[in-house]
Amino acid sequence: MVTSTAAKVKVDPRDAKLSMAHFFVAFSALALGGLMGLLQTLVRSGKWELPWGIDYYQILTVHGVLMGLVLTTFFIMGFQYAAVSRTTGGHSNAARRTGWIGFWVMLVGTLMAATMVLLKEASVLYTFYAPLKAHWIFYLGLTFVIVGSWIDGAAQIMTYARWRRNNPGKPSPLLSFMAVINTVMWIIATLGVAATVLFQLLPWSLGLVPTVNVLVSRTLFWYFGHPLVYFWLLPAYMCWYAIIPKIIGGKIFSDSLARLSFILFLLFSIPVGFHHQLTEPGIDPAWKFFQVILTFMVVIPSLMTAFSLFATFERYGRSKGARGLFGWFKVLPWGDARFIVPFIGMAAFIPAGAGGIINASNQMDQVVHNTIWITGHFHLTAATSVVLTFFGISYWLVPHLTGRKLTKAMNKLAIIQGWVWFIGMAFMSGAMHFQGLLGGPRRSAFSTYGGSEQAAEWIPYQIAQAVGGTILFLGIILVLIIFVNLAFFAPKGEEEFPVAEAENLEEKAPMVFENWKLWLGIAAALILFAYTIPFIDIIQNAPPGSKGFQTWSKW
Amino acid sequence: MAKTELNTKQKTEIDDRSSLKGTLASVFFLGIFIIVTWVSVYYLFVDRF
Amino acid sequence: MHMHKLERIWLIFGTSCLVIFLTVIGVSAFYLGNKPPSCLTTVNPETVGQEKPFNEPGLHKVDGKDWEYELVFVASTFSYSPAQVEVPLGAKVKVIATTKDVIHGFEVAGTNINMMLEPGYISEYTTTFNKAGEYLIVCNEYCGAGHHLMYSKIEVVK
Repeated sequence: MVTSTAAKVKVDPRDAKLSMAHFFVAFSALALGGLMGLLQTLVRSGKWELPWGIDYYQILTVHGVLMGLVLTTFFIMGFQYAAVSRTTGGHSNAARRTGWIGFWVMLVGTLMAATMVLLKEASVLYTFYAPLKAHWIFYLGLTFVIVGSWIDGAAQIMTYARWRRNNPGKPSPLLSFMAVINTVMWIIATLGVAATVLFQLLPWSLGLVPTVNVLVSRTLFWYFGHPLVYFWLLPAYMCWYAIIPKIIGGKIFSDSLARLSFILFLLFSIPVGFHHQLTEPGIDPAWKFFQVILTFMVVIPSLMTAFSLFATFERYGRSKGARGLFGWFKVLPWGDARFIVPFIGMAAFIPAGAGGIINASNQMDQVVHNTIWITGHFHLTAATSVVLTFFGISYWLVPHLTGRKLTKAMNKLAIIQGWVWFIGMAFMSGAMHFQGLLGGPRRSAFSTYGGSEQAAEWIPYQIAQAVGGTILFLGIILVLIIFVNLAFFAPKGEEEFPVAEAENLEEKAPMVFENWKLWLGIAAALILFAYTIPFIDIIQNAPPGSKGFQTWSKW
Repeated sequence: MAKTELNTKQKTEIDDRSSLKGTLASVFFLGIFIIVTWVSVYYLFVDRF
Repeated sequence: MHMHKLERIWLIFGTSCLVIFLTVIGVSAFYLGNKPPSCLTTVNPETVGQEKPFNEPGLHKVDGKDWEYELVFVASTFSYSPAQVEVPLGAKVKVIATTKDVIHGFEVAGTNINMMLEPGYISEYTTTFNKAGEYLIVCNEYCGAGHHLMYSKIEVVK
């Protein structure tokens, strides 16, 4: 009885509208950003040049900003907003209004930043690179994106808080709990980037102050830059933990352990930014190593996740009568796009995670730092594990929100899309990893480096990346076809928003997991411990500040 | 004799249904993959100047 | 909260691996001296070209130090000074580099010499050049329109 009504629970149509608004922006960003990615791989193959004075580093900025900030933030906010609505019984009018305000503020900010990039006033990549100085409107636009995301996230927190008030003593719905964890982590993390933009880059680009402290700016950026990637990852984990089990017909292995792993992510994702700055001067090596240790702590919840997912699959397979060590693997629903597309993402997380541990390993970073290995790495994490899961989500969530059905034909196309992505990424990311180990740099246009023999060895890998990039672009076209079909043309009907139940319903999640004072307190303590002393060091021992430079090509 | 056989069969069936040995094997495969890649890059680091 | 026995085994195994990794790199860094480049010395980026040792980029023999040579590089958009340098095989060298303008990378491809150059800071790395050959130095941190044209060469010769 409970399950059959639960299966029909729909996201309130008014909430659905706001989620869809987010998705239109996200998928537009995917279309344009994907095209930029294709062009980059073509340029770097050395066989093709950009027309009309378009600059490689300009399209690199567009690709990074659109894929890393716009696609992800808009998709995540739209998805989490819908997930909270679905599992708490809908947002209040106040929360919905808040969500809309957040959406518009983010959109205006995005357009401001995009305009400056197109005018070649901000070819600074999305990681800023002070003392490269972009137009102040670019920085202000990004401020709006961040502030907008806070307002947008506040809508989820309001609804969660209302549910808690109305259901005292009960653990909140798992998906809502996870969404709120991710939103809270995002808010804490973006404080860093907000600080560098508001207190350093904006006044400096407006000419109010003559110089900028480069290392402070970088440290604040990377305080944000690592939890940023977990902000992308956690919604994928939400799907893997709490939605995929329902899709395959199984149960959540353990509700409590899922919550525990999210709390560990909240605690350990943030005080680890130095592992992006391992080869930088001006930071004490002991503090670098301390943050390396904390970075390794954040591996543990991922190890838990791996076990939980395999266990869900095995329990389900054995309930269907599968035998032997791996018999359960065969009975998984391989013909269901809602399962297989995220599953390819999960599989990609195995090499992705292994690479991540290498990157974080202190001095071993010298082997890979700023080589194209890193680009290969985050095209496995973000551009495969995360986005394939996002695509898998949208294949049922978009029709659910628009009152349509995922048809057999679209399901089939979606499966093809997943495999196209897999093949394209195997070429592109694989070639990037190997070229990186040979020393090939990231974020660079095609170059023979004065006829260097070493650079000549890199070129075959760059051609493989162009092949992979082309296949991936075909994958993006397929995603867009499916998205447009599900948003506008698919037959009317009811598509389920799958929400799984725990295997053991008697085992209630400990209420301590919802003790926000405790977790925020520990998170703050860890951040202060990891950053206070080195940050004071950086400020006290600062060299003279840097004036601004604009070394990129202009129109 | 026949009866004992039946009993053992039933027992393995129950074990089989709740068993997570495939899960353990899978995660250990993953663990070994992590170790092999990490050691390979560590070797590169040691080998290079 | 209940944790399955096999999951406990897995987490103990996984966490032990992480501890072993950390121990290996920790001992290597702090006991064997393989810390990542983390020089704390600061300079004035605008006048650094006139100051020692950056007023004379290139390879210099030094006495009475733990290393035999100092190899000094100055980076600026979009070049390194010197543009080419020879280093004798087997020499223990302290590479000292800085930037006069924006952030640059300093990566000797195929080696562990890979460090960020940031305005106002000196970056250092000491190593023994024990393999002969021609090594490309690339800028691996975005610095502007000519980023991919910024390089230098080290020849390690017998």
